[in-house]
Amino acid sequence: MNNPNANARPESKSVFSPALAARFDTLVEKYPARRSALIPMLLYAQDEVGYLSDAVIAEVARRIGITELEVRNVASYYSMLRFKPAGQYNIQVCTNISCMLRGAYEIYERFREELGVDGEGITSDGLFSLEEVECIGACCWAPAIQVNYDFHDELTPGNVPSILSQYRIQAQGKSEKTKRREQGPSGP
Amino acid sequence: MPKLVSHPDEVKIVSRRFGMGAEKIDRYLALGGYEAVKKCLAQGPDWIIEEMKTSNLRGRGGAGFSAGMKWSFVPKQSTKPKYILVNGDESEPGTCKDHLIFLHDPHAVIEGSIIAGLAVGAKMGFIYLRGEYRYLLEIMERAVADAYSRGFLGKNIFGSDQEFQVITQTGAGAYEVGEESALMESLEGKRGVPRIKPPFPAVVGLYGGPTVINNAETIATVPHIITMGAAAYAAIGTPRNGGTRLFGLSGHLERPGVYELPMGYNLKKMIYEVGGGIPGGRKLKAVVPGGSSTPVLLPEEIENLGMDFDQVGKAGSMLGSGGVVVIDDQTCIVEFALRTISFYAHESCGWCIPCREGTDWLKKTLTRFHAGFGAPSDIDNIQYLAENMLGRTFCPLGDAAAMPTIAFVKKFRKEFEDHLNGKPCPFAREGVPQLTVV
Repeated sequence: MNNPNANARPESKSVFSPALAARFDTLVEKYPARRSALIPMLLYAQDEVGYLSDAVIAEVARRIGITELEVRNVASYYSMLRFKPAGQYNIQVCTNISCMLRGAYEIYERFREELGVDGEGITSDGLFSLEEVECIGACCWAPAIQVNYDFHDELTPGNVPSILSQYRIQAQGKSEKTKRREQGPSGP
Repeated sequence: MPKLVSHPDEVKIVSRRFGMGAEKIDRYLALGGYEAVKKCLAQGPDWIIEEMKTSNLRGRGGAGFSAGMKWSFVPKQSTKPKYILVNGDESEPGTCKDHLIFLHDPHAVIEGSIIAGLAVGAKMGFIYLRGEYRYLLEIMERAVADAYSRGFLGKNIFGSDQEFQVITQTGAGAYEVGEESALMESLEGKRGVPRIKPPFPAVVGLYGGPTVINNAETIATVPHIITMGAAAYAAIGTPRNGGTRLFGLSGHLERPGVYELPMGYNLKKMIYEVGGGIPGGRKLKAVVPGGSSTPVLLPEEIENLGMDFDQVGKAGSMLGSGGVVVIDDQTCIVEFALRTISFYAHESCGWCIPCREGTDWLKKTLTRFHAGFGAPSDIDNIQYLAENMLGRTFCPLGDAAAMPTIAFVKKFRKEFEDHLNGKPCPFAREGVPQLTVV
């Protein structure tokens, strides 16, 4: 029998933070079948690591007890899952019909101009990536976008710069917080 | 934050608690929440199913199948566990109603699931939300945790001998997973490809057990039907189309939004009065009545059209998910058709060849056509391709792509002809990137 757990080393270091690893320990037990945890696990892992790296795939496979190939087979089906890094803030512009009718392509174009990146490109500071996505379920408040999981709706191209600066400020706050924590007396 | 709208013609049942803080369990209880499930515990499963049949509630996901009938198909005796599966993978373009339900009234989804469980003898329910709805999943998870802490979920719900567990689940971006059998595959941790039917989920579903799959709006409506009485609910709609529906009005309208209107409400009135008409004094060119997969209707076809499953079906389209997309006279139908088919080409799971190849060829042909490189034979070819996809796939995604395409070509043939021979798109707008040949 080809037991995917045969080579598993339980003592091996996790690629996930202790909090996420603990969450995954519970998640696999939650369902009638372990494998039902696969898709949420991949998405939450991506949220933390940034993308589905080889190490992420290997650990998810080991935790569920399936092969890495099976994990890749499933992961490649879902459009939110990615095998390459995105920007810290991934801007997803919906251009489906309801948004298109209310100017979604103009919004996309404005982001492209402001960021100087195109489909799946990342800005040089690693802060933003831009992609055109299918319907995100905000049709009645169109045109709408998502930045990571945040919705922004009823947009005009004029809103684009303020959305970008909002996330630039957020990113700055985050990095300062990390710096303070690192310099703090209790240490990391 | 999605804006809430209202109109005097609305009959608020499912949306009754929207904007009232009912995502908090105490507020939900104060607004009459969890009373319906207590009534159901006292009355028993046969009574619940009879009430559901009497209510004429038809599936809000798009198929419009009687919810009571669906529940009655679940075998009473089963060696395998039975399950309730709430479909919140809302992804049909033009549809955002479940978004508001999860945001404003998550406990109604839980309560409806418990009632469905009591009716068919299921001890476990799953609430599956599309991956993009992360903030809504968090609201839903909070509500589930609160319901557990009050003893509304768990081993002995409301102090009875009945058990009901709820598990929330996230998707990760896939329209196809909104199809019931693909949804079960996804929940089992697999690629979302459809299963062949029969057997139907009511007999062999999730983990091989009998499963009731309902749209989130359908499930959220259930407690209200129990509370107000099935006959009273049915009386609001039209014959065989019980109650109200959350209609999502989007596109070229003054006041787009999600409005709860009685089944059978006139579509023209919906556009011009509820939705406030078309901005800038422009005229109505066409309307997609129930999400992007439903065939487009012309202004003359909606004069006396009541929005229920049967009337819209008779008019040659479908009520679908209730997503009404309004298109004004400055819109290029070829571009609209191209954007629609691009979506289906992207979302086709690739399992069935007519859908995988058909959507791709339709997209390629329409892309070329829109860019002004179309041949006269393309118009018939598009129609021929689309017609050959109909009914030849495991799941309805193939039909969902073909049906609107056929309607665009049939009803706007002249506009397709205007794109021939390298003529620029008559609706080209400055500053808008024109789709080019790839």
